Amino acid sequence: MVTADTRIDTEVVLSVDDLRTHFTTRWGTVKAVDGISFDLRRGETLGIVGESGCGKSVTMLSLMRLIPIPPGKIVSGSIVLDGEDIVPISEQEMAKIRGSKIALIIQDPMTSLNPVFSIGDQVEEAIKIHQDIPKRSITDRALEVLRKVNIPAAESRVKDYPHQMSGGMRQRVVGAIGISCQPQVLIADEPTTSLDVTIQAQYLKLLKDIQKESDLSIIFITHDFGIVAKMCDRVAVMYAGRIVEHGSVRDIFNNPSHPYTEALLASVPRMDRVVDRLYSIEGQPPPLHDLPVGCAFANRCPVVMDKCIETYPEIKAVSDGHTAACWKVE
Amino acid sequence: MQKYLVRRFILALVTLLCVSLIIFIMSRVSGDPRHIYLDDYSTQEDWDRMGEVLGLDKPYYEQYGIFIKGAVRGDFGKSVREARPVTDVVIERAPATLLLGAVAFSFSILIGVPLGILSAVKRGTMMDNFGKFIALIGQSAPPFWLGIMLMFFFAVKLGMVPPYGKQDWNSIILPAVTLGWYYAAANLRLVRSAMLDVLDSEYIKLARAKGVNSRTIIMKHAFRNALIPPLTFAGVTIGALVTGSLVVETVFAWPGLGRLAIEALFAFDYPLLQGVVITFTLLYVTAAFIVDVLYAYVDPRIRYA
Repeated sequence: MVTADTRIDTEVVLSVDDLRTHFTTRWGTVKAVDGISFDLRRGETLGIVGESGCGKSVTMLSLMRLIPIPPGKIVSGSIVLDGEDIVPISEQEMAKIRGSKIALIIQDPMTSLNPVFSIGDQVEEAIKIHQDIPKRSITDRALEVLRKVNIPAAESRVKDYPHQMSGGMRQRVVGAIGISCQPQVLIADEPTTSLDVTIQAQYLKLLKDIQKESDLSIIFITHDFGIVAKMCDRVAVMYAGRIVEHGSVRDIFNNPSHPYTEALLASVPRMDRVVDRLYSIEGQPPPLHDLPVGCAFANRCPVVMDKCIETYPEIKAVSDGHTAACWKVE
Repeated sequence: MQKYLVRRFILALVTLLCVSLIIFIMSRVSGDPRHIYLDDYSTQEDWDRMGEVLGLDKPYYEQYGIFIKGAVRGDFGKSVREARPVTDVVIERAPATLLLGAVAFSFSILIGVPLGILSAVKRGTMMDNFGKFIALIGQSAPPFWLGIMLMFFFAVKLGMVPPYGKQDWNSIILPAVTLGWYYAAANLRLVRSAMLDVLDSEYIKLARAKGVNSRTIIMKHAFRNALIPPLTFAGVTIGALVTGSLVVETVFAWPGLGRLAIEALFAFDYPLLQGVVITFTLLYVTAAFIVDVLYAYVDPRIRYA
């Protein structure tokens, strides 16, 4: 049997180490991302899951270096992309990397394309910026990527404007822009949230196909465990700006080791079980400008201990390639 | 696109027709012009003869027909005061107003739009505050007062420009600034808020994620979208600049249509006043039509609607 792990190349294309992104506000410093580390290998899909406000989107923006400065700032850590740390480099240098080595698919297809430029213009623009090739080839390349994302009659649709396309179609165009310069890493920030279910399934399959073809590494930001199970090789569960559990999809689903992961999984509706009420996690995540010294999940945790409130748990190995930040793990 | 233009053009014609009807009704409602043309020593005979000459003995709908028929051929009758065709008088005065309007319009765009962009891009800085100051003066100071103040400082105290009249090339500066400042302020605020909205949008985020540099983001992606509200406003501006010239031309003794309208009003010169109002309408409608065309050019959602 071919397992997920053997299929994946071992070469690391993106390595994040102790990344901290803070925002200065009048309530204090908001630690939106506070010391996360992970590696992304070639051809691998990493899912980042967690509830709203846990730092998923700020992680994504940090990786693209699109944090609004001020109030935000990457205060420490490194993001090594293709052997180069992109945290200290200048904005001009970063602009060359965005779209070419690391690309982004954002959530809402209805607003993510510029209404006053044609589809063709918007795809070609990305290619023009990063590839020094004649105009003719740019047009050809744009058509090629549009066909790759299954835009029917791409030759005639390039002249269309976003308002002439459906949501699913627009999201494919956004995808086409993402892959137009053959990036190594594609960050997909809940790309299917606003699509209906059948279109969603098509889109996910499309992403998978493109990934297989070009050995693309994908970071999939979502709160949908169904998508995680379908799309991802590994999962990082985020809570209050930190990764609390990290492992292969199988590890996370079969052996969740952090109480938060367990709670998240328990709150997913299931076809094979009849319940009166869906499970929900009591309480609220702590405010990010006023994090407790101990574990941030302690006040909601069903198995909390004194130790959890006093000290933040270290990240410990549960098994090979599976870690969790919980005192419960021995 | 063609359908859109044809529709706009027909609408423009309908507007002109409506205005002509309103003007006709108002001029009839305001009384019989013979009361002005004839003096106390006129006889009933004079009265009737004048009615025949002016066509006032005919029913109203026929009078309107004659009015429209003349207007289409550019014939608005004879000015009472000047005793020559209204069209000649209007054509004589129009260039001064058009020149003033064009300079004031350029001023409102050249000051308002760049300051609006800068205020949005550099929100919360000194630049933004400077923009707010300019906008505050423009929107709160009434033009007649602003005109007099500018005249006092720049013409009387500093002697940099002529205080009034149309003599040298620089005599247009003060009236144009007075006329255009309000619209410069309005444009500044419109562009600023449109720009802030656009810069915060998802498609700007995606453009940045594509690797587009900040300059191109602002000048291409954001500006084109932020242009839509001020463009809508430009139609109003051009029209309002023409009518606004009534006050400013009077303050600065500028020999244009605005002053002509005031002169005609005080002289009870109805045909001339009608001619000026129709000319104002024509300018307004033409400006609005041009804006509609530009609008479709900038925003594809209108082009294909």
